[in-house]
Amino acid sequence: MTESGIYLYAVTSEAGDACLSVRGVLGAPVRKVGAADLAAYVSTVPLDQFGEEPLARLLEDLDWVGEVARAHHRVVEAVAEAGPTAPVRLVTVYSGEEQVRELLERRHDDFLAVLSRVAGRREWGVKAYVDPDAASRTAEGAAGRESSAGREATTGRTGAGPGTAYLQRRKENLHNRQDLWRQAVARAERLHAALGEIAVAGRRHRPQDPQLSGRREWMVLNGAYLVEEDRGAEFAAAVAAFREAASAAGPGEGAGMDVELTGPWAPYSFTAVELETEGGEGGAR
Amino acid sequence: MTPDVRRGAALAEEGRLPPERVALVDLLDRLLAGGVVVTGDLVLSIADIELVRISLRALIASVRGPDETQTEVDHGPSWS
Repeated sequence: MTESGIYLYAVTSEAGDACLSVRGVLGAPVRKVGAADLAAYVSTVPLDQFGEEPLARLLEDLDWVGEVARAHHRVVEAVAEAGPTAPVRLVTVYSGEEQVRELLERRHDDFLAVLSRVAGRREWGVKAYVDPDAASRTAEGAAGRESSAGREATTGRTGAGPGTAYLQRRKENLHNRQDLWRQAVARAERLHAALGEIAVAGRRHRPQDPQLSGRREWMVLNGAYLVEEDRGAEFAAAVAAFREAASAAGPGEGAGMDVELTGPWAPYSFTAVELETEGGEGGAR
Repeated sequence: MTPDVRRGAALAEEGRLPPERVALVDLLDRLLAGGVVVTGDLVLSIADIELVRISLRALIASVRGPDETQTEVDHGPSWS
């Protein structure tokens, strides 16, 4: 017989009494574990996949990770629909419900603090990309004309070969790319700051790996923003306005930046707090 | 009003995006760097983000090709 563990998805205040019909990880039914005025949403998982050793291997398998991530997300979304929700980090497994109940009791105040921080707010994602090739083409168009005129003059005078001219152009391109990068980063900073004016809080994730995102452009912003529910439309409008301004910008001001909005999300990026539960000799520490 | 504004407003009103339309990479950003991290008393936790990052890095490397850095992921097919 396979040993099993309790997979924890999210914690909410019991007032938000979500009735769960969604399936959890590996299609298992999701249930609620309550303690005091908090509720945890859990399902049973086999330890032959969620034990330490098998997991280390399974995490190499993007299909497996993807399925677990989507199941986790599905449950969190369903819970978040009913009220303030604190999602738990992907793959958090306990040995029994009793331990989960203990967690809720011991860290009761911490969970309440997290829940009150995210109540009535949603997370939005904003990603900004710059395509360096398209951008440098427009920049080259301008620079190229000058340098080819210059090159003819130089060749005529000194007899420098085409190799020198080629190196010269490469050097210019490199400078152009560095300029483009600096411009793009500065514009991403302005976008992040502008969105921070509307949002309650903002946070930047690491740029995504092109292998995972499938996009070869430079990712200059991977932001998450916690926004009051009734300001969601205003936030989306601000993103759209920035995108329009970016695409209207002429080649001189740096080529168009692609800005993408995702969400609303459950407040994953704003509940990243660490709660230690080791050695609980009665009460929170 | 641009389509994006309307879309954003509609989504905000609707309050959620169907899970199947969410890009995995956006999800992983949040699931691996967000959420409450609990330590102690656990059978297992990915609280240690590095474990996941290392694994995903190895995964990406394996997609790129065999000449990339190989980590010691060769546990062997002890079971499958």
